[in-house]
Amino acid sequence: MTASATEYTATSADVRVARYAALAIALSVLEAAVPSPIPGVKPGLANIVTLLVLWHHGWKEAAWVSGLRVFGASLALGGLFSPGFTLSCAGSIASLAVLAWACHLPRRHFGPISLSLLAAYAHIGGQLALARIWLIPHDGLIKLVPVFMLAALIFGIVNGVIAARILGNPE
Amino acid sequence: MMRAGDLAMVLLGVLATALAGYHVWPGQAAQRVRIYQEGQLYAELDANANQILAIAGPLGATRVEIARGRARVIADPSPRQYCVRAGWLQHAGDSAVCLPNRIAVTLEGDTPRYDSLGY
Repeated sequence: MTASATEYTATSADVRVARYAALAIALSVLEAAVPSPIPGVKPGLANIVTLLVLWHHGWKEAAWVSGLRVFGASLALGGLFSPGFTLSCAGSIASLAVLAWACHLPRRHFGPISLSLLAAYAHIGGQLALARIWLIPHDGLIKLVPVFMLAALIFGIVNGVIAARILGNPE
Repeated sequence: MMRAGDLAMVLLGVLATALAGYHVWPGQAAQRVRIYQEGQLYAELDANANQILAIAGPLGATRVEIARGRARVIADPSPRQYCVRAGWLQHAGDSAVCLPNRIAVTLEGDTPRYDSLGY
């Protein structure tokens, strides 16, 4: 028997990322079952997981979890490489970019609620930018901005509070 | 749980959202009413000059009322009556299109909200 050409032992970080990503995918799938009044407005419960990982294990692992979640959830829901998937990618990339900066904010003053809000606004920002450039190249899209901003505000606070509660009572 | 920065961030979010709403949905008052007949501009009228017009289309006359900065289609021979059911048009940029009678009514503000519309 010759050893396999690709041998890889998962580090504890890999296992952790996989577990969190699985949890995030489960939340995404669960959330897809909840009807939404406006297409595109979703609570984004999976972002709570991203926030937890960011808080405890840093930006790199959070980015992995977020990326795996986007792929995994669209595989599970059947929308891989669809416009919805692309929008999801744009939103995630934008929020990760903002979080890369925001996670350096002093934690004494800025808790998970701040991070959640910033990420939520960045998420809709990224999605709307892509939608404007690619899917609906029309300025009428701007009429939707306040609607999405309101959703980001509400769900940003809700997710942030949930994340703060979970982080406040460790295990 | 809620830290000082969080509170500031929430207030910032509320402010930004309110500002966005205010800027994006201004509801600009209409200054003029444009009426199109078969794709051509038929008349451009002051939105505050009260009057009722009858414009001839391929199916018959479409009656348009202009009153106090608003405009509406009172009667139209088109089968689905979408333009009549649009009711009073109040804001700049609003429009009602009567098809297949090929009559359109649009409200214009001080600054045009778009370059052109094709019917």
